[in-house]
Amino acid sequence: MATQTIEFKDPAARASQAVAASASEDELQDIQGDKLVLNMGPSHPSTHGVLRILVEMDGETITKAVPDVGYLHRGDEKIAENMTYNQFVPYTDRLDYLAPLANNVAYVLAVEKLMGIDGAIPPRGQYLRVICCELARISAHLLGLGAFAMDVGALTVFLHTFTEREKIYNLCESLTGARFTTSYTRVGGMTRDCPPGWISAVRKFLDEVVLNIAESETLLTRNRIFVDRTRDVGVIPKELAIDYGLTGPNLRGSGVDYDVRKANPYLVYKDLEFDIPVGSIGDSYDRYLVRMEEMRQSVRILHQCLDRIPGGPDNAGREPVSIQDGKITLPPKSKVLSSMEELIHQFMIVTQGVNAPPGEVYFGAENPKGELGFYIHSRGGGTPYRLKIRAPSFVNLGILPAVLPGHLMSDIVSILGSFDFVMGECDR
Amino acid sequence: MATPLELANLLREKFGDGLSAPLEFRGEATLTVLDPSRIAEVCQHAKSSLGFDMLVDLSSVDNYGEDPRWTVVYELYGTGHHVHLRLKTSVSEEISEVPTVSGVWRTADWHEREAYDMMGIRFSGHPDLRRILMWEGYPYFPLRKDFPLAGKPTELPDIAFTRPAPLEGGPFVTVPGGKDAIAREPRVRNPAE
Repeated sequence: MATQTIEFKDPAARASQAVAASASEDELQDIQGDKLVLNMGPSHPSTHGVLRILVEMDGETITKAVPDVGYLHRGDEKIAENMTYNQFVPYTDRLDYLAPLANNVAYVLAVEKLMGIDGAIPPRGQYLRVICCELARISAHLLGLGAFAMDVGALTVFLHTFTEREKIYNLCESLTGARFTTSYTRVGGMTRDCPPGWISAVRKFLDEVVLNIAESETLLTRNRIFVDRTRDVGVIPKELAIDYGLTGPNLRGSGVDYDVRKANPYLVYKDLEFDIPVGSIGDSYDRYLVRMEEMRQSVRILHQCLDRIPGGPDNAGREPVSIQDGKITLPPKSKVLSSMEELIHQFMIVTQGVNAPPGEVYFGAENPKGELGFYIHSRGGGTPYRLKIRAPSFVNLGILPAVLPGHLMSDIVSILGSFDFVMGECDR
Repeated sequence: MATPLELANLLREKFGDGLSAPLEFRGEATLTVLDPSRIAEVCQHAKSSLGFDMLVDLSSVDNYGEDPRWTVVYELYGTGHHVHLRLKTSVSEEISEVPTVSGVWRTADWHEREAYDMMGIRFSGHPDLRRILMWEGYPYFPLRKDFPLAGKPTELPDIAFTRPAPLEGGPFVTVPGGKDAIAREPRVRNPAE
């Protein structure tokens, strides 16, 4: 696919302008009168969930911002300590609920790393997981862009992208049985192979989505209003982004080419060809452009996966998608009812969970919002002793107190939209 | 390209006996900082001299029934060399305090607030150590192992479980004075037993 160049001529000049704009903040301090503290959220259309921000303002200029998170806290980490590894998979659906498939994959990869079986997943299973991750990425970015555009006043884009997401949900439904809460993966593999005809349905979807992405792009990228509201707004310099631990498109928008899929490839990403788009100055507009291009790259990855998936589209060669080991994955149901050994395996996995060795691992996967990491501290057995979820939205929001001051009240909407966070993941 | 173990050994050369021998598991290197009060110093050195410019994650572990009770875990990463390194330090329940690393990486600000909120470990020198996920005034530290999964009743007004929830009688609703969820929920492991 031809990549078009849409960058502006002189990024360095834009950067220096943006820096000069933030330097004039000090002058504002001198003329300020009484400050006003405004409460924004937790129920506000642009906070995309339940984020609350206390904004201190001088006139229309923000002088201080204090984000307040936790309204959606459900204690997922506590819950994880009380159930087996496989039982926690449905909870991962509810982290970043715009990309449940990607969360499922990231979580089981962490458990598999702990067990040392991450290399043993059959190739077809690995390709299927990559397909899941990239579909989830397109889905999440479509929503992120649609909501972002709607926040800054372009409602049409939202309707466009939502039409396309609906098709991804249909694909999810025929793959996993659920549109939203997919719970598709299990430690050691997947619940099932993709149904017949699914691969060609994905292909058809890809052909349609590139048209939709191009259409959305014509609505936004050179749209004067959109550009005015996003360019040089919410500038995050490279060093600040790294200091605050930003990941995902928000970090790459600031010009850091760190993508887990390239830096520490997992699954079959090292065999796939794709580019990592990076921004030049790290404003809202750059973050938008990065997401736009990431969707195109995901389409590119998906095409390669669909072409190469072992076993072919309808798996004529009966390639397995899961590890065939009774101590890790559930045996076929027909054998459970007829053979003693399989019955015992089934019983042990369901009641005790897959047996993980003592040890501790951290695994981070490149999710649509950034690096979703799981730190698992195991003391052996089928239950984690401690499971920490490194939620990209939580970490990304931590930078708000440093970014918001100096901007106008109306810029909050643009900055929050470009951050593309999900509170389900932030609050866990 | 440097490996995690090489960088861990470089860090160990600088601090000598202050660090344990690096432990390797699943391709990751883990170093334990023996004296928790030196953690900020070690982190600062790892950042400025060894290129670990990003703190990916900070988590805490409750080793219930053991001494020291708390372990704080730092996941370091270098965007230049793409190497991951884990630092750990343990602190006893009596002290429950480690120096903050928010001066080293600013992302530690929220991570440390979360560790304080969930485990009750304090971070000395932190600019704003408030609860982050639970609300101000919440009396417990819910990720501690001696905090039951079902929650605890409390005497404080307007704090969790003082009044019957609208779903009274449902399987996950704790009623004051009634049978608590630990008795009702067979999966719960209660460390007090």
